[in-house]
Amino acid sequence: MAYTKRPDGRKFDELREMKAKVGVVPRADGSALFAFGDTIAIAAVYGPKPLHPQHLQNPEKGVLRVNYDMLSFSVTERKKPGPSRRSQEISKVTEWALAPALQIDNFQNTVVDVHITILQANASTRCAGINAASLALAHAGIPMTDLVSAVSIGKIDDKIVTDLIKEEEDYEDGEGATDIPLAFLSKSGQLTLLQLDGKTSTKKLKEAIEAGRAACKEIYELQKKVLKEIQEK
Amino acid sequence: MEIANLTKKRIKDYLEAGKRFDGRDLLDHRELEIETGISINAEGSARVRLGKTEVVAGVKMDVSEPYTDHEGEGTMITTLELLPLSSEEFDYGPPKIDAIEIARIVDRGIRESGMIDFEKLCIKEGEKVWTIFIDVYTMNDDGNLLDASALAAIAALMTARMPKYDEEKEKVAFGEFTKDPLPITKNIPLTFTFHKIGKSIILDPGREEEAASEARVSIAMSSDGKEAKINAMQKGNEASLTQEEMFNIIDLAEKKYKDSSKEIFDRIEKNLKGKK
Repeated sequence: MAYTKRPDGRKFDELREMKAKVGVVPRADGSALFAFGDTIAIAAVYGPKPLHPQHLQNPEKGVLRVNYDMLSFSVTERKKPGPSRRSQEISKVTEWALAPALQIDNFQNTVVDVHITILQANASTRCAGINAASLALAHAGIPMTDLVSAVSIGKIDDKIVTDLIKEEEDYEDGEGATDIPLAFLSKSGQLTLLQLDGKTSTKKLKEAIEAGRAACKEIYELQKKVLKEIQEK
Repeated sequence: MEIANLTKKRIKDYLEAGKRFDGRDLLDHRELEIETGISINAEGSARVRLGKTEVVAGVKMDVSEPYTDHEGEGTMITTLELLPLSSEEFDYGPPKIDAIEIARIVDRGIRESGMIDFEKLCIKEGEKVWTIFIDVYTMNDDGNLLDASALAAIAALMTARMPKYDEEKEKVAFGEFTKDPLPITKNIPLTFTFHKIGKSIILDPGREEEAASEARVSIAMSSDGKEAKINAMQKGNEASLTQEEMFNIIDLAEKKYKDSSKEIFDRIEKNLKGKK
């Protein structure tokens, strides 16, 4: 049977209800929460601060360091505490997704630490994490040329679908599910993250990237809105 | 956290005059917020805020083999992570002694109070029993993570429901819940940690006060409705206490427990009803 209806009744290009809030971790230099429906990510930024051990320091520019992890009870089957191969890879690609927006070249020998924690998971956790981290970096006052917005686009059977949920990721009929997390520099539209697993034609992939760009424009509007609200306070 | 000697002296002087930097009385808690059901995939979960200190706790359950000396009883494991997200002083890596100590004090209070009826968590004696995982994470450290963690853990347990057990496959059906609560008794522990700074005894220290603490005593108490009983204790930090000081702390704990337990339990219950 062809994929004609999403389990939660959304249109194919419709994002889940989003929530964004800055300042959720008072002790951090910057922090934010970002949610796509049931998926909730919290990011905290500490720095720029001297990087230890010293051999990791870069005398030419500041270093961005990202750590992503999920709480043990954020998923249905308890996740063992501590880093996994998955979380380490996500940390690294998140770092690459955020780095192009930052201007930390003048902070030689320092590090900007971004800690991302997933409180509750229903797919798209890395994208929610990137959106939260981008807000937290701006909230911390780290010089940035742009914000970063991220969304997960799927190809479910032959349909291009925005902001997947777990049930869609697990879809097996027809052509099955292909998951494509994407991140863009919000103003310039350049890509900073693209991962893919599944199977798709080149034509469908291009459609997916375009759908991702359209969704990220909406996410960017929300990110701008919550940042402007702190300015007004 | 290290603070300046001058700050330490100032805190001491203030306390001796019966005052604190934030205007509280010596045995007052900061504003307390308890929110339950904060993570839909957990069997039970809670967020506790004490002023700006924030912790979250979640309960997950799985099936495992019982211990050979308690073949008819379920098991429980409590972990705590001091997330680097919550303070620039915390690092990644295996839990260090600070985190282990808090988790163990929380664990002892729950275990020894009899809050959980472990016999009811037996599926097949000697072979299969339920294991309760209580995982606590710090979200923002502004002092007294211990009392906040203990409270988040019991709130998560009180509001947890049993997962579905697939009898045929003899496995837990993850993601599916029953309506049954965990086998929880009336003996629910509350934990109060007293700190000695100079000659003064205070509760619920902020970050600077905690750094100035010379000795601390954590006391977990519960009651079956008749009499309040102490279930777990820990004397921490380097300074010693006179017997008189210890007696005083024990009496203060009993009074604090009697004065505040009803209000705290009511708040958890109310929060739970609001969710349904």
